[in-house]
Amino acid sequence: MRIFDPHIHMTSRTTEDYERMYSAGVRALVEPSFWLGQPRTSVGTFCDYFDAILGWEPFRASQFGIAHFATIGLNPKEANDPRCREVLDVLPRYLEKDRVVAVGELGYDSMTPEEEEVFEAQLALAVTHELPALVHTPHRDKLAGTRRTIDVVNASGLEPGRVLVDHLNEVTVGEVAGSGCWMGFSIYPDTKMDPHRMVAILKEYGLERIVVNSAADWGRSDPLLTLRTGEAMRAAGFSVDDVDRVLWRNPVEFYRQSGRLEIDDLDETVGAVAGATFEGNSVLRGSRD
Amino acid sequence: MTWTEEALRTVQEDASHVHVAFPGAARRARAEGVDGERLRIDLLLALPGDADAVAALVQEVYEHGDSAEKLAVLRALPELDHPTDRREAVGDRLLPVVRDALRTNDTRLVAAAMGPYARTHLEDTAWRQGVVKALFTGIPLAMVDGLDARRDDTLVRMVSDFADERRAAGREVPADAWLVLVDTPSTHHGRSLR
Ligand SMILES: [Zn+2]
Repeated sequence: MRIFDPHIHMTSRTTEDYERMYSAGVRALVEPSFWLGQPRTSVGTFCDYFDAILGWEPFRASQFGIAHFATIGLNPKEANDPRCREVLDVLPRYLEKDRVVAVGELGYDSMTPEEEEVFEAQLALAVTHELPALVHTPHRDKLAGTRRTIDVVNASGLEPGRVLVDHLNEVTVGEVAGSGCWMGFSIYPDTKMDPHRMVAILKEYGLERIVVNSAADWGRSDPLLTLRTGEAMRAAGFSVDDVDRVLWRNPVEFYRQSGRLEIDDLDETVGAVAGATFEGNSVLRGSRD
Repeated sequence: MTWTEEALRTVQEDASHVHVAFPGAARRARAEGVDGERLRIDLLLALPGDADAVAALVQEVYEHGDSAEKLAVLRALPELDHPTDRREAVGDRLLPVVRDALRTNDTRLVAAAMGPYARTHLEDTAWRQGVVKALFTGIPLAMVDGLDARRDDTLVRMVSDFADERRAAGREVPADAWLVLVDTPSTHHGRSLR
């Protein structure tokens, strides 16, 4: 089973996670920029973070045979903090980078006017920089928030097919299915989806425009829940090809719209070619210096 | 006019355009059949202005760059240091870029930092540290420019100590250590690695 995790926050994960993910079949992933748990107070700390998920983290991933891409954006929580507004001014610089495959994560948290303004501004940046957008849906007031998200997307000029609306569940999937946007499901203990509920959604809605991610981060989460979902799909009668479509071809198809997903590297041999080596000398030791 | 030609022309006229063109230059060049890193280097070589102005811009490009951009800057350093009729040599003004790369844990950046520019400009203490870091992190010493020319007794002593430490730990001594230790019978540090 080859797995593309379209939403996972590796800066919060250990090298052991990388090893387990590789063993489970993960060969590529997208790390969206997000909220770090601790509020940031200046644009400089955002830049350092963006640089890390475009620099050190892809290098770290490559040492474990995994191709690493990122999405860049100002998350909705911090969109409410005037000290973080300047981040919008540095985004154009980042949105041109080769490993940036979408603008994101965007969307609503508490649905304030500030969040909406920043959300709209970043959808406009996605149009300018010819990137898709990764939009999450709020934890609270989720259904209303999802509807409003779709309205803002529709008004943005960004094609719905270039927008992935994430963290969906049984209640919100219907809204997004009819919108033409991609549907993302985070298989995340307690607060989001689990593998068996995911299988039920796949049975009801089919496999088109659906991606599954672990959204693993600094919370109680598990990077292998993509694999567990694939296993649950097989147990429920889905074919190997169906699993490959959901866990690999669909996320590739979505992010390939950026024109920046180096697709040649993304076949099953990626583990062999992605490791940064000097003519056979492993550079794993670099991490110990 | 292709994107590549347009970018080079614009940077020649307006140096600050390098900030706009540089990040996306590699994939746009590839789309036109041009080598991406070569175009990035050429964009830096096209920068107008005196050495101070060019060095300041190149350093900003490096600081704003992702790993591939930083690599291109590091690989441009020898050419930037080579004067032409339209440009002065940058001299040692871009050493901060080399020092930054040597502080990273990205072996590609460390290797690129130990090129001809470091050989020419980097002071002995930092250059020796760079060699030992390369050895330590599995970078082939063939990628260190001027190893034979700059090797000195202090470096031999450092590498010999490193080899001793590896042996004491029951670990393998990288074969490349010989490239430093070989032909140094004059020093007591040149003892066998086995
Ligand atoms: Zn997330």
